[in-house]
Amino acid sequence: MTSPTTTQIRKTALNGVHRRLKAKMVNFGGWDMPVEYSGIVAEHMATRTAAGLFDVSHMGEIEVRGPHALELVQHVTCNDASKLVAGQAHYSGLMNEKGTFVDDLLVHKISDTHYFLCVNAGNQDQDFEHIRAHNRAGAQIENAGERYSQIAIQGPKALGILQRFTSEPLDSIRYYHFAFGKVDGVDCLIARTGYTGEDGFEIYFAPEYSEKLWDKLLDAGYAEGLLPCGLGARNTLRLEASMCLYGHEIDETTTPWEAGLGWICKPAKGEFLGRDALIRQKEKGVDRALVGFEMLDRLIARDACLVSIAGKHAGWVTSGSPAPFLRKNIGMAYVPTASKAPGTEITIGIRANQAPARIVPMPFYKRTK
Amino acid sequence: MYPSDYRYTKEHEWIKVTGSIGTVGITDYAQHELGDVVFVELPTVGTKITTGQVFGSVESVKAVSEIFAPVSGEVTEVNAALSDTPETLNTDPHGAAWLIKIKLANTAELSGLMDAAAYQAFISEKEASA
Repeated sequence: MTSPTTTQIRKTALNGVHRRLKAKMVNFGGWDMPVEYSGIVAEHMATRTAAGLFDVSHMGEIEVRGPHALELVQHVTCNDASKLVAGQAHYSGLMNEKGTFVDDLLVHKISDTHYFLCVNAGNQDQDFEHIRAHNRAGAQIENAGERYSQIAIQGPKALGILQRFTSEPLDSIRYYHFAFGKVDGVDCLIARTGYTGEDGFEIYFAPEYSEKLWDKLLDAGYAEGLLPCGLGARNTLRLEASMCLYGHEIDETTTPWEAGLGWICKPAKGEFLGRDALIRQKEKGVDRALVGFEMLDRLIARDACLVSIAGKHAGWVTSGSPAPFLRKNIGMAYVPTASKAPGTEITIGIRANQAPARIVPMPFYKRTK
Repeated sequence: MYPSDYRYTKEHEWIKVTGSIGTVGITDYAQHELGDVVFVELPTVGTKITTGQVFGSVESVKAVSEIFAPVSGEVTEVNAALSDTPETLNTDPHGAAWLIKIKLANTAELSGLMDAAAYQAFISEKEASA
Protein backbone atom coordinates (compact mmCIF):
# COMPACT_ATOMS: atom_id res chain seq x y z
CA MET A 1 0.00 0.00 0.00
CA THR A 2 1.31 3.45 -0.80
CA SER A 3 0.14 6.66 0.75
CA PRO A 4 0.42 10.08 -0.86
CA THR A 5 3.87 11.55 -0.38
CA THR A 6 3.95 14.32 2.16
CA THR A 7 7.24 15.79 3.31
CA GLN A 8 9.96 13.23 2.66
CA ILE A 9 11.51 12.05 5.91
CA ARG A 10 15.23 12.82 5.97
CA LYS A 11 17.94 10.29 6.68
CA THR A 12 21.48 10.77 7.89
CA ALA A 13 24.35 9.00 6.16
CA LEU A 14 24.30 6.51 9.05
CA ASN A 15 20.68 5.44 8.59
CA GLY A 16 21.65 2.02 7.23
CA VAL A 17 24.01 1.50 10.17
CA HIS A 18 21.26 2.23 12.70
CA ARG A 19 18.96 -0.25 11.01
CA ARG A 20 21.72 -2.85 10.86
CA LEU A 21 22.25 -2.34 14.61
CA LYS A 22 18.48 -2.85 15.04
CA ALA A 23 17.96 0.54 16.66
CA LYS A 24 14.44 1.61 17.49
CA MET A 25 13.79 4.45 15.03
CA VAL A 26 11.59 7.52 15.35
CA ASN A 27 10.73 10.65 13.38
CA PHE A 28 12.55 13.48 15.14
CA GLY A 29 12.17 16.95 13.62
CA GLY A 30 11.58 15.39 10.19
CA TRP A 31 14.56 12.99 10.51
CA ASP A 32 14.48 9.20 10.82
CA MET A 33 16.65 8.83 13.92
CA PRO A 34 17.59 6.12 16.45
CA VAL A 35 15.92 6.45 19.88
CA GLU A 36 17.77 3.54 21.43
CA TYR A 37 19.90 0.53 20.54
CA SER A 38 20.51 -1.56 23.68
CA GLY A 39 18.26 0.50 25.98
CA ILE A 40 18.24 4.07 27.28
CA VAL A 41 19.48 3.16 30.77
CA ALA A 42 22.42 1.07 29.51
CA GLU A 43 23.37 3.75 26.97
CA HIS A 44 23.07 6.53 29.55
CA MET A 45 25.24 4.64 32.05
CA ALA A 46 27.82 3.78 29.39
CA THR A 47 28.22 7.48 28.60
CA ARG A 48 28.63 8.41 32.28
CA THR A 49 31.08 5.61 33.10
CA ALA A 50 32.85 4.80 29.80
CA ALA A 51 31.74 6.33 26.50
CA GLY A 52 28.76 6.83 24.21
CA LEU A 53 28.75 7.22 20.43
CA PHE A 54 25.99 9.37 18.94
CA ASP A 55 24.97 10.08 15.35
CA VAL A 56 24.00 13.74 15.48
CA SER A 57 24.24 14.34 11.74
CA HIS A 58 20.68 15.66 11.78
CA MET A 59 21.98 18.82 13.45
CA GLY A 60 22.24 21.72 11.03
CA GLU A 61 25.33 23.69 10.04
CA ILE A 62 25.26 27.26 8.80
CA GLU A 63 28.47 28.97 7.71
CA VAL A 64 28.92 32.73 7.74
CA ARG A 65 31.84 34.16 5.79
CA GLY A 66 33.34 37.41 4.63
CA PRO A 67 34.54 40.69 6.14
CA HIS A 68 31.10 41.26 7.68
CA ALA A 69 30.73 37.77 9.17
CA LEU A 70 31.21 38.88 12.78
CA GLU A 71 28.84 41.82 12.32
CA LEU A 72 26.06 39.45 11.18
CA VAL A 73 26.71 36.89 13.92
CA GLN A 74 26.65 39.66 16.52
CA HIS A 75 23.41 41.05 15.08
CA VAL A 76 21.41 37.79 15.22
CA THR A 77 22.80 36.15 18.39
CA CYS A 78 22.76 37.29 22.02
CA ASN A 79 26.18 36.11 23.25
CA ASP A 80 29.24 38.24 22.49
CA ALA A 81 31.00 36.56 19.56
CA SER A 82 33.66 39.30 19.49
CA LYS A 83 35.14 37.64 22.57
CA LEU A 84 35.84 34.40 20.70
CA VAL A 85 39.33 33.66 19.45
CA ALA A 86 39.92 31.52 16.36
CA GLY A 87 39.47 27.90 17.42
CA GLN A 88 36.98 28.72 20.16
CA ALA A 89 33.23 28.06 20.37
CA HIS A 90 30.41 29.24 22.60
CA TYR A 91 26.76 28.53 23.31
CA SER A 92 24.39 31.26 22.18
CA GLY A 93 20.83 32.11 21.22
CA LEU A 94 19.50 33.04 17.79
CA MET A 95 17.22 35.91 18.68
CA ASN A 96 14.26 37.72 17.17
CA GLU A 97 13.16 41.33 17.85
CA LYS A 98 11.17 40.24 20.89
CA GLY A 99 14.29 38.90 22.58
CA THR A 100 13.02 35.33 22.41
CA PHE A 101 14.64 32.25 20.89
CA VAL A 102 14.43 31.42 17.19
CA ASP A 103 16.87 28.65 18.16
CA ASP A 104 19.84 27.91 20.38
CA LEU A 105 23.17 27.16 18.79
CA LEU A 106 26.93 26.74 19.03
CA VAL A 107 29.01 29.45 17.37
CA HIS A 108 32.51 28.35 16.32
CA LYS A 109 34.99 31.01 15.25
CA ILE A 110 37.18 29.57 12.51
CA SER A 111 38.73 32.94 11.59
CA ASP A 112 37.88 36.64 11.64
CA THR A 113 35.99 36.09 8.39
CA HIS A 114 34.48 32.64 8.99
CA TYR A 115 32.01 31.47 11.64
CA PHE A 116 30.55 27.96 11.79
CA LEU A 117 27.14 27.64 13.45
CA CYS A 118 25.64 24.38 14.66
CA VAL A 119 21.84 24.59 15.00
CA ASN A 120 18.93 22.27 15.78
CA ALA A 121 17.83 19.82 13.09
CA GLY A 122 14.20 20.86 12.95
CA ASN A 123 15.05 24.57 12.91
CA GLN A 124 17.82 24.60 10.33
CA ASP A 125 15.88 25.96 7.37
CA GLN A 126 13.99 28.60 9.33
CA ASP A 127 17.23 29.63 11.06
CA PHE A 128 18.89 30.08 7.70
CA GLU A 129 15.96 32.16 6.41
CA HIS A 130 16.00 34.24 9.60
CA ILE A 131 19.72 34.96 9.35
CA ARG A 132 19.40 35.76 5.64
CA ALA A 133 16.50 38.13 6.28
CA HIS A 134 18.63 40.07 8.79
CA ASN A 135 21.81 40.04 6.72
CA ARG A 136 22.00 43.80 6.27
CA ALA A 137 25.76 43.49 6.80
CA GLY A 138 26.12 41.63 3.50
CA ALA A 139 27.92 38.57 4.82
CA GLN A 140 27.97 35.30 2.84
CA ILE A 141 25.69 32.69 4.36
CA GLU A 142 25.60 29.02 3.49
CA ASN A 143 23.00 26.50 4.64
CA ALA A 144 25.61 23.75 4.82
CA GLY A 145 23.87 20.88 6.61
CA GLU A 146 24.12 18.50 3.68
CA ARG A 147 27.90 18.90 3.52
CA TYR A 148 28.43 17.57 7.04
CA SER A 149 27.93 14.51 9.13
CA GLN A 150 28.40 14.90 12.86
CA ILE A 151 29.32 12.21 15.37
CA ALA A 152 29.57 12.85 19.11
CA ILE A 153 31.78 10.69 21.29
CA GLN A 154 31.17 11.46 24.94
CA GLY A 155 32.22 10.13 28.31
CA PRO A 156 35.36 9.64 30.43
CA LYS A 157 36.89 7.28 27.86
CA ALA A 158 35.98 9.35 24.78
CA LEU A 159 39.32 11.13 24.50
CA GLY A 160 41.36 7.94 24.72
CA ILE A 161 39.27 6.17 22.10
CA LEU A 162 39.26 9.08 19.65
CA GLN A 163 42.99 9.69 20.17
CA ARG A 164 43.79 6.31 18.62
CA PHE A 165 42.62 7.65 15.27
CA THR A 166 44.22 11.08 15.19
CA SER A 167 47.65 12.62 15.61
CA GLU A 168 45.98 15.83 16.81
CA PRO A 169 46.86 16.11 20.55
CA LEU A 170 43.28 16.00 21.85
CA ASP A 171 44.21 16.82 25.41
CA SER A 172 45.47 20.21 24.23
CA ILE A 173 42.04 21.13 22.82
CA ARG A 174 40.42 22.89 25.75
CA TYR A 175 36.70 22.64 26.60
CA TYR A 176 34.65 24.62 24.06
CA HIS A 177 37.59 24.87 21.70
CA PHE A 178 38.18 23.01 18.45
CA ALA A 179 40.87 22.09 15.94
CA PHE A 180 41.01 20.90 12.36
CA GLY A 181 42.65 17.52 12.03
CA LYS A 182 42.43 14.11 10.48
CA VAL A 183 40.54 11.28 12.16
CA ASP A 184 41.50 8.00 10.52
CA GLY A 185 42.65 10.05 7.52
CA VAL A 186 39.38 12.00 7.23
CA ASP A 187 39.42 15.81 7.51
CA CYS A 188 37.42 16.80 10.56
CA LEU A 189 36.50 19.77 12.67
CA ILE A 190 37.17 18.28 16.12
CA ALA A 191 35.36 20.22 18.84
CA ARG A 192 35.58 19.54 22.55
CA THR A 193 31.88 20.16 23.07
CA GLY A 194 28.87 18.04 23.93
CA TYR A 195 25.34 17.72 25.22
CA THR A 196 25.76 15.10 27.92
CA GLY A 197 27.53 16.72 30.87
CA GLU A 198 30.61 14.60 30.15
CA ASP A 199 33.96 15.35 28.61
CA GLY A 200 34.00 14.45 24.94
CA PHE A 201 34.11 15.56 21.35
CA GLU A 202 31.82 16.39 18.48
CA ILE A 203 33.39 15.86 15.06
CA TYR A 204 32.13 17.30 11.79
CA PHE A 205 33.19 15.83 8.43
CA ALA A 206 32.02 15.00 4.90
CA PRO A 207 29.08 12.53 4.95
CA GLU A 208 30.72 9.93 2.67
CA TYR A 209 33.07 8.93 5.51
CA SER A 210 30.30 8.42 8.06
CA GLU A 211 30.08 4.63 8.10
CA LYS A 212 33.84 4.17 8.12
CA LEU A 213 34.38 6.53 11.08
CA TRP A 214 31.37 5.22 13.00
CA ASP A 215 32.44 1.59 12.61
CA LYS A 216 36.05 2.33 13.59
CA LEU A 217 35.07 4.23 16.73
CA LEU A 218 32.48 1.63 17.69
CA ASP A 219 34.87 -1.29 17.19
CA ALA A 220 37.70 0.43 19.05
CA GLY A 221 35.51 1.57 21.92
CA TYR A 222 33.46 -1.55 22.41
CA ALA A 223 36.04 -3.33 24.59
CA GLU A 224 36.19 -0.23 26.81
CA GLY A 225 32.45 -0.15 27.38
CA LEU A 226 31.45 2.31 24.63
CA LEU A 227 27.90 1.87 23.38
CA PRO A 228 26.08 3.44 20.45
CA CYS A 229 23.52 5.82 21.95
CA GLY A 230 20.23 7.10 20.62
CA LEU A 231 18.20 10.25 21.14
CA GLY A 232 16.61 8.74 24.26
CA ALA A 233 19.90 8.67 26.19
CA ARG A 234 20.90 12.00 24.65
CA ASN A 235 17.79 13.49 26.25
CA THR A 236 18.23 11.94 29.71
CA LEU A 237 21.93 12.86 29.72
CA ARG A 238 21.29 16.50 28.83
CA LEU A 239 18.47 16.69 31.38
CA GLU A 240 20.72 15.39 34.21
CA ALA A 241 23.26 18.02 33.11
CA SER A 242 20.44 20.66 33.12
CA MET A 243 20.96 21.70 29.52
CA CYS A 244 18.06 23.31 27.65
CA LEU A 245 16.30 21.65 24.72
CA TYR A 246 14.67 23.84 22.10
CA GLY A 247 10.89 23.34 22.06
CA HIS A 248 10.96 22.44 25.75
CA GLU A 249 12.82 24.91 27.99
CA ILE A 250 13.22 27.53 25.27
CA ASP A 251 11.20 28.62 22.24
CA GLU A 252 9.81 31.75 20.58
CA THR A 253 8.00 32.70 23.79
CA THR A 254 11.03 32.44 26.09
CA THR A 255 13.79 34.95 26.83
CA PRO A 256 17.30 34.06 28.02
CA TRP A 257 16.60 35.73 31.39
CA GLU A 258 13.62 33.45 32.00
CA ALA A 259 15.49 30.32 30.96
CA GLY A 260 18.40 30.91 33.34
CA LEU A 261 20.59 31.70 30.34
CA GLY A 262 21.65 35.18 31.41
CA TRP A 263 25.24 34.00 31.00
CA ILE A 264 24.79 33.89 27.21
CA CYS A 265 22.93 37.21 26.98
CA LYS A 266 25.22 40.23 26.65
CA PRO A 267 23.40 43.53 26.02
CA ALA A 268 26.67 45.29 26.88
CA LYS A 269 28.15 44.07 23.58
CA GLY A 270 26.04 46.57 21.65
CA GLU A 271 23.15 46.26 19.22
CA PHE A 272 21.56 42.86 18.45
CA LEU A 273 18.08 41.58 17.64
CA GLY A 274 15.92 41.69 20.75
CA ARG A 275 18.38 43.71 22.82
CA ASP A 276 15.91 46.51 23.62
CA ALA A 277 13.21 44.06 24.67
CA LEU A 278 15.68 42.17 26.82
CA ILE A 279 16.93 45.33 28.54
CA ARG A 280 13.32 46.38 29.21
CA GLN A 281 12.44 42.98 30.64
CA LYS A 282 15.42 43.01 32.95
CA GLU A 283 14.56 46.53 34.20
CA LYS A 284 10.90 45.66 34.69
CA GLY A 285 11.68 42.35 36.38
CA VAL A 286 11.45 38.81 35.04
CA ASP A 287 8.17 37.17 36.08
CA ARG A 288 9.09 33.52 35.70
CA ALA A 289 12.13 31.35 36.10
CA LEU A 290 13.27 27.95 34.95
CA VAL A 291 13.93 25.68 37.93
CA GLY A 292 14.97 22.10 38.50
CA PHE A 293 12.91 19.78 40.68
CA GLU A 294 13.03 16.30 42.17
CA MET A 295 9.96 14.15 42.69
CA LEU A 296 9.35 13.20 46.32
CA ASP A 297 7.29 10.09 45.59
CA ARG A 298 7.65 7.53 42.84
CA LEU A 299 5.69 9.30 40.13
CA ILE A 300 7.43 10.66 37.04
CA ALA A 301 6.65 14.16 35.81
CA ARG A 302 6.52 14.55 32.02
CA ASP A 303 6.61 17.53 29.67
CA ALA A 304 3.56 19.79 29.96
CA CYS A 305 2.43 18.52 33.39
CA LEU A 306 1.00 21.44 35.38
CA VAL A 307 2.74 22.77 38.47
CA SER A 308 0.97 24.28 41.48
CA ILE A 309 2.36 25.87 44.61
CA ALA A 310 0.30 26.14 47.81
CA GLY A 311 -2.80 25.06 45.89
CA LYS A 312 -2.48 27.67 43.15
CA HIS A 313 -1.56 27.12 39.50
CA ALA A 314 2.08 28.19 39.16
CA GLY A 315 3.54 26.88 35.91
CA TRP A 316 4.36 23.80 33.91
CA VAL A 317 6.98 21.13 33.41
CA THR A 318 9.26 21.65 30.38
CA SER A 319 11.13 18.31 30.62
CA GLY A 320 10.62 15.45 33.04
CA SER A 321 12.11 11.98 33.19
CA PRO A 322 13.72 9.36 35.34
CA ALA A 323 17.42 10.22 35.73
CA PRO A 324 19.20 6.90 35.21
CA PHE A 325 22.55 7.86 36.77
CA LEU A 326 21.12 9.85 39.69
CA ARG A 327 18.37 7.27 40.23
CA LYS A 328 15.79 9.96 40.89
CA ASN A 329 12.86 11.33 38.97
CA ILE A 330 13.74 14.86 37.95
CA GLY A 331 12.61 17.65 35.67
CA MET A 332 12.67 21.32 34.81
CA ALA A 333 9.71 23.69 35.10
CA TYR A 334 8.72 27.33 34.83
CA VAL A 335 7.49 28.84 38.09
CA PRO A 336 6.92 32.45 39.26
CA THR A 337 10.26 34.10 40.06
CA ALA A 338 9.15 34.64 43.67
CA SER A 339 8.86 30.86 44.10
CA LYS A 340 12.09 29.76 42.49
CA ALA A 341 14.20 29.19 45.61
CA PRO A 342 15.62 25.68 46.11
CA GLY A 343 13.71 23.90 48.84
CA THR A 344 10.33 25.23 47.69
CA GLU A 345 7.70 22.48 47.75
CA ILE A 346 5.68 22.20 44.56
CA THR A 347 2.92 19.91 43.35
CA ILE A 348 2.79 18.38 39.90
CA GLY A 349 -0.35 17.07 38.24
CA ILE A 350 0.41 13.62 36.85
CA ARG A 351 -2.66 11.91 35.43
CA ALA A 352 -5.13 11.76 38.37
CA ASN A 353 -2.43 12.42 40.99
CA GLN A 354 -1.15 15.58 42.63
CA ALA A 355 2.45 14.52 43.17
CA PRO A 356 4.82 16.26 45.59
CA ALA A 357 8.16 17.60 44.35
CA ARG A 358 10.83 19.99 45.57
CA ILE A 359 12.82 22.66 43.75
CA VAL A 360 16.54 21.82 43.81
CA PRO A 361 19.65 23.62 42.55
CA MET A 362 20.81 22.91 38.99
CA PRO A 363 22.74 21.24 37.50
CA PHE A 364 21.38 17.97 38.83
CA TYR A 365 24.59 16.25 37.70
CA LYS A 366 28.10 17.64 37.48
CA ARG A 367 30.95 15.39 36.53
CA THR A 368 33.96 15.12 38.81
CA LYS A 369 37.02 16.35 36.98
CA MET B 1 7.28 -16.78 22.21
CA TYR B 2 3.57 -16.14 22.78
CA PRO B 3 2.00 -18.80 25.04
CA SER B 4 -0.78 -20.69 23.28
CA ASP B 5 -3.05 -20.78 26.34
CA TYR B 6 -3.13 -16.95 26.60
CA ARG B 7 -5.47 -14.57 24.77
CA TYR B 8 -4.30 -11.21 23.42
CA THR B 9 -5.61 -7.70 22.68
CA LYS B 10 -4.70 -5.25 19.94
CA GLU B 11 -3.37 -2.97 22.70
CA HIS B 12 -0.82 -5.70 23.56
CA GLU B 13 -2.23 -7.04 26.82
CA TRP B 14 -2.47 -10.77 27.49
CA ILE B 15 -4.86 -12.70 29.71
CA LYS B 16 -4.58 -16.26 30.97
CA VAL B 17 -7.79 -17.69 32.44
CA THR B 18 -8.00 -20.42 35.08
CA GLY B 19 -11.59 -21.07 36.08
CA SER B 20 -13.17 -17.64 36.54
CA ILE B 21 -9.89 -15.86 37.40
CA GLY B 22 -7.87 -14.14 34.67
CA THR B 23 -4.24 -13.11 35.05
CA VAL B 24 -3.41 -10.00 32.97
CA GLY B 25 -0.10 -8.64 31.70
CA ILE B 26 1.53 -6.90 28.76
CA THR B 27 3.14 -8.73 25.89
CA ASP B 28 6.78 -9.09 24.99
CA TYR B 29 6.11 -6.87 21.98
CA ALA B 30 4.74 -4.15 24.31
CA GLN B 31 7.72 -4.25 26.68
CA HIS B 32 10.10 -4.08 23.75
CA GLU B 33 8.31 -1.05 22.31
CA LEU B 34 8.38 0.68 25.71
CA GLY B 35 12.03 0.08 26.51
CA ASP B 36 13.40 0.13 30.08
CA VAL B 37 10.38 -0.02 32.42
CA VAL B 38 10.85 2.09 35.55
CA PHE B 39 7.39 2.42 37.11
CA VAL B 40 4.10 0.55 37.18
CA GLU B 41 0.84 2.04 38.43
CA LEU B 42 -1.85 -0.53 39.29
CA PRO B 43 -5.40 -0.37 40.67
CA THR B 44 -6.33 -1.50 44.19
CA VAL B 45 -7.91 -4.87 44.94
CA GLY B 46 -11.67 -4.63 44.60
CA THR B 47 -11.65 -2.14 41.72
CA LYS B 48 -14.25 -2.98 39.07
CA ILE B 49 -13.03 -2.60 35.50
CA THR B 50 -14.79 -2.92 32.18
CA THR B 51 -13.46 -4.06 28.83
CA GLY B 52 -11.33 -1.43 27.15
CA GLN B 53 -11.07 0.73 30.25
CA VAL B 54 -7.67 2.06 31.36
CA PHE B 55 -6.79 0.33 34.63
CA GLY B 56 -3.15 1.27 35.06
CA SER B 57 0.01 2.42 33.39
CA VAL B 58 3.48 1.20 32.68
CA GLU B 59 6.22 3.79 32.41
CA SER B 60 9.56 3.49 30.70
CA VAL B 61 12.36 6.05 30.76
CA LYS B 62 10.97 7.78 27.71
CA ALA B 63 7.18 7.39 27.92
CA VAL B 64 4.11 6.34 29.82
CA SER B 65 1.75 3.77 28.34
CA GLU B 66 -1.79 3.10 29.53
CA ILE B 67 -2.97 -0.44 30.13
CA PHE B 68 -6.46 -1.42 29.00
CA ALA B 69 -8.69 -4.09 30.52
CA PRO B 70 -8.96 -7.05 28.14
CA VAL B 71 -12.23 -8.15 29.80
CA SER B 72 -14.61 -6.90 32.50
CA GLY B 73 -14.36 -7.97 36.09
CA GLU B 74 -13.16 -7.20 39.59
CA VAL B 75 -9.50 -6.94 40.59
CA THR B 76 -8.71 -9.73 43.08
CA GLU B 77 -4.94 -9.37 43.29
CA VAL B 78 -2.19 -7.00 42.12
CA ASN B 79 1.46 -7.84 41.57
CA ALA B 80 3.01 -5.79 44.39
CA ALA B 81 6.51 -7.05 43.57
CA LEU B 82 6.55 -4.83 40.45
CA SER B 83 6.68 -1.78 42.67
CA ASP B 84 10.28 -2.60 43.63
CA THR B 85 11.33 -4.46 40.50
CA PRO B 86 9.51 -2.88 37.53
CA GLU B 87 12.34 -4.06 35.26
CA THR B 88 10.86 -7.58 35.52
CA LEU B 89 8.46 -6.37 32.84
CA ASN B 90 11.38 -6.30 30.41
CA THR B 91 12.75 -9.70 31.35
CA ASP B 92 9.64 -11.83 32.03
CA PRO B 93 6.56 -10.05 30.67
CA HIS B 94 4.55 -13.26 30.18
CA GLY B 95 5.39 -14.74 33.59
CA ALA B 96 6.68 -13.07 36.77
CA ALA B 97 5.65 -9.60 35.58
CA TRP B 98 1.90 -10.26 35.49
CA LEU B 99 0.04 -7.07 36.49
CA ILE B 100 -3.32 -8.00 38.01
CA LYS B 101 -5.73 -10.88 38.53
CA ILE B 102 -9.41 -10.32 37.92
CA LYS B 103 -12.59 -12.28 38.54
CA LEU B 104 -14.21 -12.31 35.14
CA ALA B 105 -17.71 -10.88 34.91
CA ASN B 106 -18.47 -12.71 31.68
CA THR B 107 -16.20 -15.44 30.28
CA ALA B 108 -17.92 -15.08 26.88
CA GLU B 109 -15.90 -11.86 26.40
CA LEU B 110 -12.80 -14.00 25.85
CA SER B 111 -14.04 -15.00 22.42
CA GLY B 112 -13.44 -11.44 21.24
CA LEU B 113 -9.69 -11.72 21.87
CA MET B 114 -6.92 -13.06 19.64
CA ASP B 115 -5.24 -16.40 20.14
CA ALA B 116 -1.43 -16.66 19.98
CA ALA B 117 -1.31 -17.32 16.24
CA ALA B 118 -3.59 -14.39 15.45
CA TYR B 119 -1.59 -12.09 17.75
CA GLN B 120 1.69 -13.20 16.19
CA ALA B 121 0.27 -12.40 12.76
CA PHE B 122 -1.02 -9.05 14.05
CA ILE B 123 2.41 -7.91 15.30
CA SER B 124 4.25 -9.32 12.27
CA GLU B 125 2.09 -7.05 10.14
CA LYS B 126 2.96 -4.07 12.37
CA GLU B 127 6.67 -4.85 12.19
CA ALA B 128 6.56 -5.22 8.42
CA SER B 129 4.97 -1.80 7.99
CA ALA B 130 7.39 -0.09 10.40
